[in-house]
Amino acid sequence: MLDKSYYDKTDEIIEHYGRKASSLIPIMQDIQAEYRYLPGELLTYVAKEIGITETKAYSVATFYENFSFEAKGKYVIKVCDGTACHVRKSTPVLEALWKELGLSKKKHTTDDMLFTVETVSCLGACGLAPTMMVNEDVYPAMTPEKALAVIEELRGKG
Amino acid sequence: MGYMTINGKKVEFTDEKNVLSIIRKAGIDIPTLCYHSELSTFGACRLCTVEDDRGRLFASCSEEPRDGMVIYTHTERLRKHRKLIVELLLAAHCRDCTTCVKSGECKLQELAHSMGVLKVRYDNYNEIRPVDYSSPAIVRDPNKCILCGNCVRVCSELQGLGVLGFANRGTEATVTPAFEKKLSATDCVSCGQCRVFCPTGALTIRTHMDEVWEALGDKNTRVVAQIAPAVRVAVGDAFGMKNGENVMGKIVASLHAMGFDEVYDTTYTADLTIMEESAEFLDRVKNGGKLPLLTSCCPAWVKFVGDQFPDMKENVSTCRSPQQMFSAVLKEWYRDPEHAEGKKTFVVSIMPCTAKKMEAVREDSYTKGEKDTDAVITTTELIRMIKNAGIAFDKIESESCDMPFGIGSGAGVIFGVTGGVTEAVLRRLADGHDTATLDAIAKCGIRGEEGIKETVVPYNGMDVKICVVSGLANARKVMEQVQNGEKEYHLIEVMACRRGCIMGGGQPIPAGPRHKAARAAGLYSADGAMVIKKSDENPLMDVFYNGYFKGKAHELLHNHR
Repeated sequence: MLDKSYYDKTDEIIEHYGRKASSLIPIMQDIQAEYRYLPGELLTYVAKEIGITETKAYSVATFYENFSFEAKGKYVIKVCDGTACHVRKSTPVLEALWKELGLSKKKHTTDDMLFTVETVSCLGACGLAPTMMVNEDVYPAMTPEKALAVIEELRGKG
Repeated sequence: MGYMTINGKKVEFTDEKNVLSIIRKAGIDIPTLCYHSELSTFGACRLCTVEDDRGRLFASCSEEPRDGMVIYTHTERLRKHRKLIVELLLAAHCRDCTTCVKSGECKLQELAHSMGVLKVRYDNYNEIRPVDYSSPAIVRDPNKCILCGNCVRVCSELQGLGVLGFANRGTEATVTPAFEKKLSATDCVSCGQCRVFCPTGALTIRTHMDEVWEALGDKNTRVVAQIAPAVRVAVGDAFGMKNGENVMGKIVASLHAMGFDEVYDTTYTADLTIMEESAEFLDRVKNGGKLPLLTSCCPAWVKFVGDQFPDMKENVSTCRSPQQMFSAVLKEWYRDPEHAEGKKTFVVSIMPCTAKKMEAVREDSYTKGEKDTDAVITTTELIRMIKNAGIAFDKIESESCDMPFGIGSGAGVIFGVTGGVTEAVLRRLADGHDTATLDAIAKCGIRGEEGIKETVVPYNGMDVKICVVSGLANARKVMEQVQNGEKEYHLIEVMACRRGCIMGGGQPIPAGPRHKAARAAGLYSADGAMVIKKSDENPLMDVFYNGYFKGKAHELLHNHR
């Protein structure tokens, strides 16, 4: 059961976009921006409030890779695996991060909830390949060593 | 209005919505997996693709007809195209056809066969997903799903529920309830319409055949069957007889041959339902009880009200459904050691319905803490059992039901079609039983296949406003209108399945438009052939209320909330 504050915040977001089916995606985006993930209970609540079935909301939420029902870490690291980044060796970067953080294709978030590592298809910054993002910051021309240095730095910040 | 040329033949069209219906009207069969005239057009399977004179390929189900179109439906190119589609569907599909419950009725299997797909060149890399056995009525096997979306649309468009939906994308795409919940954890009402529309074995009936065979094989068990009205008009065509033909006598004979000790007709308790429900209705009118009275014979509808309109739960009649009344009566009869003769009693109800399986295990379907209905067999399963027992159904001589519960009225028979319960109530309330009276009732606007029908009937100086609904999406509409005061009724009859039980979730498939009309006509003609037309004139009513069951009506015939 989520705390009441979650529902209050959601009400606020729903009010902002209006109680209509077409508000679903912006509402989900704002909830995810607020909590770094989309709590399932809130999705069910939103569906009821804007008058669509829970199934429909779930259908939309699972269609887009961006929405996550699992809590994400404080730092969300997106390793670009688009064509340009891939040929400029993004895979070793990803593997280095996985190894360092004990993550895998199935497990995306560290147990201490500090890091989430995921791949994206293209960040639109192919000139900087291989590219990586940590939350809103872009890290260009990555190597496994540089990636690990970033992790060290973020760990220092806590 | 216009003309189009199909395979070189000029074809006239009027108001058809899409090219596909014109092609089919012209007598050309094009396969489809996702197209149903009662559902919205989805255009997912692409099997209905046709070619025009410029070589353009398009899906005929979602193409508007235009005057002067020239199309080809079975060119070599299209044949290859369709075969490839089926092959690709099979590539990601379970291939254990022989042990699939849908084998022989599966649309995909049939297409693979007719198109000559004798080999699938691709390996199935799909992860094997767990089968959902949580529902008492429906088994959902995602490994056999081809993503045609029929169940998704039928659940939301016809049944107004939307329990099933698509999830994920691309090769991960799947049909599932929200959050991959089990069906039992959703608002699913077990109506089984998803299973009717599913072309493969992804959604099937949860079968109880094994339990029944086992009981039949046990010498110390008395196996008693009750047969619902809609079953008798849906069995014959599986054995090469006419659509909608009333084969009740043959069903009774087959059950006797299988080893059932006693066989009864559920119309007997349909009559009891009418007695009880009419009394309840008059009582509510007289004493200011909750109105409108909502009928309670359809378990899918009863669950729907509980989940979707909990404020109106009290409006639902307390009467048990005919199935539950019959089972309760039978079990009570055999509680008397003199009747039981030292044997256990096993009650099998034979129903056109999957929701009845859910109703049988519902808590309030137990009397004195004991389960009344031991097994529910749908019409589909019955046909399988008849074949399994080696009975030549077309040749078997008709037999009649056993006594002491073997008499039902015509009013009970028409329960199986939308408007039937209301008609039976009106017959009960009418003074006379002459042809003119019965005719007037039949023509008051409650017959016919429309989803929502309204009528006003005068009774004792009062105008009784009645609404007859079939299909839960229609029911939702009516209930919302009642709740916001837009409409006012005294009685609302609802059957969860469109057109009533004759098109129930347990009926054999496929069943096209011809079946629908024929089954309804079959029940009305069965009613016509009955000597007793009114429930209160069934001689067994008096026996019930004044004989062994005297004083037990409330306990046996009503749900106790």
